[in-house]
Amino acid sequence: MSSKRMLIWSAVTCHRFVMRQLGAAVRKAAIPTCRDRTPNRFLRVFVSIVLIGSAAIAASAQLRRPISNDPPDPAVEQRLAKLSQELRCLVCQNETLADSRADLAEDLREEIRTQIRAGKSDQEIIAFLTQRYGDFILYRPPVRPKTYLLWFGPFVLLLGGLALLFRYVKRRRDMIDEQPLSNADRAQAEKLLSSAPRKETT
Amino acid sequence: MTRYLIPLVIFGVLVVFLAIGLGRDPHEVPSPLINKPAPPFKLAQLKDPSKTFSAEEMRGRVWLLNVWASWCITCRDEHPLLIEYARGGAVPIFGLNYKDKPEDALAWLGELGDPYVLSVSDLDGRIGIDYGVYGAPETYLIDKQGVIRFKQIGPVTPDIWTKNILPLVQEMNRQGGSR
Repeated sequence: MSSKRMLIWSAVTCHRFVMRQLGAAVRKAAIPTCRDRTPNRFLRVFVSIVLIGSAAIAASAQLRRPISNDPPDPAVEQRLAKLSQELRCLVCQNETLADSRADLAEDLREEIRTQIRAGKSDQEIIAFLTQRYGDFILYRPPVRPKTYLLWFGPFVLLLGGLALLFRYVKRRRDMIDEQPLSNADRAQAEKLLSSAPRKETT
Repeated sequence: MTRYLIPLVIFGVLVVFLAIGLGRDPHEVPSPLINKPAPPFKLAQLKDPSKTFSAEEMRGRVWLLNVWASWCITCRDEHPLLIEYARGGAVPIFGLNYKDKPEDALAWLGELGDPYVLSVSDLDGRIGIDYGVYGAPETYLIDKQGVIRFKQIGPVTPDIWTKNILPLVQEMNRQGGSR
């Protein structure tokens, strides 16, 4: 890679990184108002602007701190991290339970922590949450008749597209009328070919 | 002719779907608790913490459980409506004071009036989790058998009150006494 391309590449990567961090900071900063569902845009934007600076600096190291005073158990925290990546925060719906700083997400993480300590399996915890919040809390929707269209729709579309393409190509091929070469044509072609300058092969 | 008609039809279908999608509030997640027994709770009353109130006590009565908090801006908008509904006396309204400081909550009721028969304090939001609360205000309509029959996420607007809640309350009051 040339040094110039290297420079551009690193600039682009750096820009992406900064934008992503900024995005996360804005989302996180917006949560105090996000929790209440009033579309108070002005307040939200204002809070975002005020907090971007501090939130960006404070970085993610401070997030996801357990509320209780017990020393965090690494095994529990690891299971919690894995589980909460799969779960949606219902307040800020585009964030996972792991990422969200909404109060509810904090409460739910604490609840999951308690249940893990109580020896509940992942399935039991997920069942507990879906009983209360519905399948919407799952980032991976379960396969059931109601979600067949969601799961299999794209494949149906793909097959449909392939069938259309196949038909189209076949029809075009049928449109080409193959005319066999007449003797006169062949003779002319051979004449043309033989008159072409030959490449010397050494 | 069909050559031009097909894309037009596809476009039309797409527009219809997108229009429907735009008109829906993505925050309104259908609750899986509809037609399920209301989760039990026993909590201290806001105005007199020495007394408790439990969902069990309301067996045989139709009632509303309204989740509110003094920090909740939309609850403030909803509040005068609740007072009006409570005055109408169609159905008793109980409050679940969700993750609030009792002194703030009491000040709020003192300032704006109290539409609730009584409120209970869900200080840590644990009962809120059982009820699938994710954004106050939320309101649950619970029938005589203790089953949640309707849930409103966001304020109970006059439209929802007259079109959804009142007819259901009447129907529920008519059928089935306390079993």
